[in-house]
Amino acid sequence: MTLISTIVEHKPGVLFRVSNMFRRRGFNIESISVGPTEHPDLARMTIMIRGDEKLAGQVVKQLRKLIDVISVQLLEEEQTVQRELALVKIRVENPEIRREIMDYTNIFRGRIVDVAPNSLIVEITGTPDKMDAFINLIRRFGILELSRTGITALSRGEATIIKTVRAV
Amino acid sequence: MEEISGAEALLEALRREKVDTIFGIPGGAILPVYDELYDSDIRHILCRHEQSAAHMADGYARASGKPGVCFATSGPGASNLVTGIATAYMDSSPLVAVTGQVPKAMIGKDSFQEIDIIGITTPITKHNFQPMRAAEIPRIVKAAFYIAATGRPGPVLIDIPKDVQTEKDSIAFPNEVKLRGYNPHIPLRMDEVKRAVRLLYESKKPVILAGGGVKSSNAFSELHELSEMLQAPVATTLMGKGAFPENHPLSLGIVGMHGTPEANRLTIEADVILAIGIRFSDRTTGNVEEFCVDSKIIHIDIDEAEIEKNRYVDVAIIGDAKEALKTIIEGLRSIGIAEKKEWRERILAIKEHYKERNMDEHFKLTPPLVLKTLRRVLPEDAIITTEVGQNQMWAALHFKVFKPRTFISSGGLGTMGFGFPAAIGAKVAVPDVPVVDVAGDGSFCMTENSLSTAVAEKVPVIVLILNNERLGMVAQWQRLFYGRRYSAVELRNPDFVKLAESYGAQGWRVADINELENALSQALVSEIPSVIDVPISPEEDVMPMVPPGKGLAETMGVT
Ligand SMILES: Cc1ncc(C[n+]2csc(CCOP(=O)(O)OP(=O)(O)O)c2C)c(N)n1
Repeated sequence: MTLISTIVEHKPGVLFRVSNMFRRRGFNIESISVGPTEHPDLARMTIMIRGDEKLAGQVVKQLRKLIDVISVQLLEEEQTVQRELALVKIRVENPEIRREIMDYTNIFRGRIVDVAPNSLIVEITGTPDKMDAFINLIRRFGILELSRTGITALSRGEATIIKTVRAV
Repeated sequence: MEEISGAEALLEALRREKVDTIFGIPGGAILPVYDELYDSDIRHILCRHEQSAAHMADGYARASGKPGVCFATSGPGASNLVTGIATAYMDSSPLVAVTGQVPKAMIGKDSFQEIDIIGITTPITKHNFQPMRAAEIPRIVKAAFYIAATGRPGPVLIDIPKDVQTEKDSIAFPNEVKLRGYNPHIPLRMDEVKRAVRLLYESKKPVILAGGGVKSSNAFSELHELSEMLQAPVATTLMGKGAFPENHPLSLGIVGMHGTPEANRLTIEADVILAIGIRFSDRTTGNVEEFCVDSKIIHIDIDEAEIEKNRYVDVAIIGDAKEALKTIIEGLRSIGIAEKKEWRERILAIKEHYKERNMDEHFKLTPPLVLKTLRRVLPEDAIITTEVGQNQMWAALHFKVFKPRTFISSGGLGTMGFGFPAAIGAKVAVPDVPVVDVAGDGSFCMTENSLSTAVAEKVPVIVLILNNERLGMVAQWQRLFYGRRYSAVELRNPDFVKLAESYGAQGWRVADINELENALSQALVSEIPSVIDVPISPEEDVMPMVPPGKGLAETMGVT
């Protein structure tokens, strides 16, 4: 897995250009998360791809070619804070199960954000591994619905890619 | 500030980009622009199909080095441009296409003649724009020309909703554009240049492969100098043809599937390959896994994404070819290069070995002889364009090119129907030199209606049809690889002489080389377009040939 962080113009059509480039070149997107940055005219895309170094190199170069892509950075695992958010709706058949789910949620530092007679929604954030672990644990209760955001990430330390962007 | 409309702003912005000619066809969604054009002194060439408008603009660009411009209306007008835009994209030709779009409020409603041309052309343009306010137009036009012509050139499309064309505003014209996501000026990495210099210095058998990038960066004199300095022979890709004079002792002609035997032979033997502005296309390398596995490869390209896209390289220099070659030459000059006597002799021996025979069958219209005759009759600076198929490969192999920008062909996309409109565009750009489209009968039929445009606009180009009454190249593959099962390749053609005449052009059907020379000499002084129909044998193959999927070492048809 490789994580790529990009700063792009925050305007309509940019996500299409990026995803279309992946499709056209036969690259696969494992996950992509997009959102605004602290600058209203810039957005950040965090893209996870599966593939070796050579493929990652090509993806980065092809991304840089897009006019709306302002800056691209390959994120190294150890140098990066990675988070994902998931909302999981779980079936609750009896109070015992409810208790159990609440325990797991506490251990994983999640939160219960919705309670209904026969279901719960748990909000959980963390690295993708942590999410997978939680989801695997509670799967046996019956997951009614699951929504994951895909990874968002920032490199550790003071350096930013936006700083270089703003200088232009 | 006085208020002007979006359409006025467009034409003023084009004028400021020094656009003198536009190729196009009007229609409802671009009428406000055409209305402005009525008062403009920019020349408009009315085409008969938008595909040809794009090819003409492309031919104009390739011959002149300046971006070509075409106009089309929304919907079918815009979608007809697609093949032309894709052709320019694959060959890195600077093209600016302007399309009309339905009014803003009708976008997305499947309105009459609405098409999502932004969506359609995203994968085949360097970039595209859709201004939503008239005031954006000057900045967008400026950016479009800047993007199209700099870095690795390519097509840019501007799609303007009809109400944006009519909207009035006080509109400013910027003198500069800044695009924070685009910077074509890449400084050379000197450590890579030094490694390249070292490799070239130590090489015993260097070969230079020159591609279209040499042309885009106008690196002709640098290439010439470096080749002589290293005594490295130069083979070109199809797109690079013209980057190095083909009458030079170090010229090997084109390399690849239909490369010359000397180019393919010496490329295999090289210990160091200097690849300049090429993309290691399968048509150039043959099976890329087998391509020059034992030689070191230095790759110069302005598009960093080309580095190791198709082939692993030892040294990668990202940047402008002219600048890179200059720096390499300086580096080599400071070390001094030893004479490579053995290599020189080998080059001469190989070239001598493959020197063509059979020049004596004077009256038989074999394709090689037709092209050599054409070369003899044309001045050195004449431009030839080609269609696609056998005609193209025969032209690449047998028509020697001496000057930059005089060989124009659809390399990347291989677009039949490109050559004739491209010839018209080239002739409009460079009116003082003869322009000849070397055509196949099948290809010419795809855009033959541009004869109307050529006649009406008084653009006296010459179409020379190598007429085998076949989709010749397909027939060749069927002959060689499908046991002569000729599926769907026989053509029933019109009488090309009458066809030409009916359009108001002139035509000849020639039976031998003398008649060909006569027809050519008349056509060359004529002020109307000419079609010369040259019947050739339908059994004729383009040889040599590297079978698809094979390596350069497995060339067929060489003795
Ligand atoms: C638009 C388009 N359609 C189909 C092809 C596939 N194709 C490649 S070569 C060729 C035959 C070309 O025939 P012709 O123009 O008569 O030239 P010749 O090979 O006979 O010289 C065809 C059909 C193509 N390159 N372009």
